[in-house]
Amino acid sequence: MDIESLIFYLLATLLLIASLLVVFLRNVVHCAMALVTALLLIAVLFIILHAPMIGVLQVIIYAGAIMVLFLFVIMFLNPAVLEQQRGIWWGFGTILASLLAGLLIPLLGRDELPTDPVAATELFGSPEMLAKSLFNEFVLPFEIASVLLLVAIIGAVVLAKRGHKS
Amino acid sequence: MIVGLQHYLILSAVIFSIGVIGVLIRRNLIVILMSIELMLNAVNLTFIAFSRYLGSTDGQVIVFFVMAVAAAEAVIGLAIIISVFRHRQTLDPQEMQLLKW
Repeated sequence: MDIESLIFYLLATLLLIASLLVVFLRNVVHCAMALVTALLLIAVLFIILHAPMIGVLQVIIYAGAIMVLFLFVIMFLNPAVLEQQRGIWWGFGTILASLLAGLLIPLLGRDELPTDPVAATELFGSPEMLAKSLFNEFVLPFEIASVLLLVAIIGAVVLAKRGHKS
Repeated sequence: MIVGLQHYLILSAVIFSIGVIGVLIRRNLIVILMSIELMLNAVNLTFIAFSRYLGSTDGQVIVFFVMAVAAAEAVIGLAIIISVFRHRQTLDPQEMQLLKW
């Protein structure tokens, strides 16, 4: 077993543990910490897959901005730390999701998928190549994304504002 | 043993399923939103793996857009949670049954 697959299996195991902790820990803050770990591990996987720009964005946007937002809301609301005992749904949901995984894995584990990556050029995954693609073919989705973010900002302000004075 | 595309696909399928478990069984709105983020990240991993093994940067650009949508979704979701908490003083989705049959 070479070093590359060793690193992959190590990261995959840690990622699975972190994701399971997100779902099965009962304290919300601990869940958030496990999610930060999972997001950072996914960022490392991105960098291994020759997408350094996306990996850095993952760290900044997800593990940075979005998780700070989550932690801020947890601190702001300060909900009852432990949630109530889970009932019959606990087993039912787990069985349903295992069924989903059991359907997906044979579908994805077929042999005709490529096993060797395409030889990456020097520029593959660099900000330069990403920007070329983003501002040529994907310029319309890019503009639409900016409108979406504007709508999200206005929507968040309107929703979180206290009620109108009557 | 070489790490192929299918290893990454199976890994992201398993993480997606774990996220589905979280959405189905948890009774805390914030944790449900976190599980949705986990599912989105599993899909991002699929995109990046395909982009690497097929030699195209399009997958990375799509991940960029998914991140923008995920940020918008987290912001709106948390704003809704705050506004619900103000009215109900609870984060349990089972308490929100006004539209339940």
